[in-house]
Amino acid sequence: MKAETMEKVLTQETLKSDFTDKIAQESDQNVYLCYQCRKCAAGCPVTYETDYTPFQIIQGVIYGQRELVLNSKMIWLCTTCETCTTRCPQEIDIARVMDAARIIAQREGIKAKYPEVPAFFQTSLQNISWFGRLYEVGLIMMLKLRTKDFTKDVGLGIRMFLNRKLKLTPKPTAFREVRRIFKKIKEIEEAS
Amino acid sequence: MRYAYYPGCSLHSTAFEYDLSMRAVLEKLGIEYEELRGWICCGTSPAHCSSKLLGVTLPIKNLAIAEEDGFRQMIVPCASCFSRFKIALHETEENPELKEKVEQVLNYAYQGSVEVRHPLDIFYNEVGLERIRESVSEDLSRMKVVCYYGCLLTRPPKAVNFDQCEYPMTMDNLLRGCGIEVLDWSYKTDCCGAGQALALTNIVVKLSRDILVNAKQVGAEAVAVACPLCHSNLDARQKEIEQTYKLSLNLPIFYFSQLIALAMGVDKNKIGLQGHLVSPFPLLKKIKSTSSSARPSRG
Repeated sequence: MKAETMEKVLTQETLKSDFTDKIAQESDQNVYLCYQCRKCAAGCPVTYETDYTPFQIIQGVIYGQRELVLNSKMIWLCTTCETCTTRCPQEIDIARVMDAARIIAQREGIKAKYPEVPAFFQTSLQNISWFGRLYEVGLIMMLKLRTKDFTKDVGLGIRMFLNRKLKLTPKPTAFREVRRIFKKIKEIEEAS
Repeated sequence: MRYAYYPGCSLHSTAFEYDLSMRAVLEKLGIEYEELRGWICCGTSPAHCSSKLLGVTLPIKNLAIAEEDGFRQMIVPCASCFSRFKIALHETEENPELKEKVEQVLNYAYQGSVEVRHPLDIFYNEVGLERIRESVSEDLSRMKVVCYYGCLLTRPPKAVNFDQCEYPMTMDNLLRGCGIEVLDWSYKTDCCGAGQALALTNIVVKLSRDILVNAKQVGAEAVAVACPLCHSNLDARQKEIEQTYKLSLNLPIFYFSQLIALAMGVDKNKIGLQGHLVSPFPLLKKIKSTSSSARPSRG
């Protein structure tokens, strides 16, 4: 294939996919700016455990690889440490692209490679919407019911309680207003 | 100037010692503050990982309360809350459509009159090192500490705009100003695993081990932190790290405000030190006994 034909094949227009558009819209980022330096991959603290690096996730988005991105370990391993965003020479906010992938995966009910991570997100949000603030003992109980792992961290929880770090009862605040905010946002998101 | 004080959920529970010691230092320095009335959770990572609008609206709601109450500055000690506030402000500034949606949810148009400040910034840039030095009454010069900033105080710089993002010095300089021996090390801004603690604990155990091992290697006897999540990963999980990797660490983890409070002569029983899972009392006893014995004069 001659060089000029190659260029015609691989342009933003020909690469365009619904998935790329969705990520772009959700993250407000132009992933096509990536010039493949891989600094995001070099700085990421969880690359030792991942299948695809942040760089490969960005490439996956560019090439419309919906399954690869949404089924990756990376989007759930991400600790949102913002190192990739900070170091990207093209100023792509990669952490927001990761957010977008997690948002889309949760919205579309994709089975996560690490289901405990979205379970933690959703349980935390439910907890916040009930109490207005994060009520830790409640969160731990709710997570245990959800993941059916009743033994994990029990000793640690008791030690933290004895050291006054965990409070048994919640202190609900402004929870009506918080519930209203959650409801209103759901309405707006469902309408768009 | 009167500051609004946003403790966030952690400072009312797992990080109560950060709250106690922060209030003690604010009072010592004569900084007037008031806890924000009816504050709500900032949403932290579960919100921004699940809904962009929610992740931005919850912090702005708190700023709207502060604005309505006439505050111009808000102190946010928790690094995670601090980051959510800064990012929410940055994103609504960059994205008018998002800002409009937030206003629609809150029925309130936030005017941006409240500046979000981390206490490290206030102590260093408003109070200043000179006044900090003058307030010091206790000798902590025998304590070797490394300062751990974690991720969210300095990253991403375009949103938080606080110190050098890869090699910050604010906490180092403040603690030096308190007479503490602060050491140089490599893990100042590395990630401890943060909010993965409850979901992917093995990630936190590994990343936190790397941090603690480097601290130990450079000769630190304690680590100073400015984030409740960092504290609970490094302190509460330390035993698990030692067991998993067959290590002996025994490194007390202090909130930087606890060290400043100690240097300023606040009663050590009133800043929540007994809440730590790695007890700091043996170290405090040790430095006291060595500093009361013959010590070469400084300078």
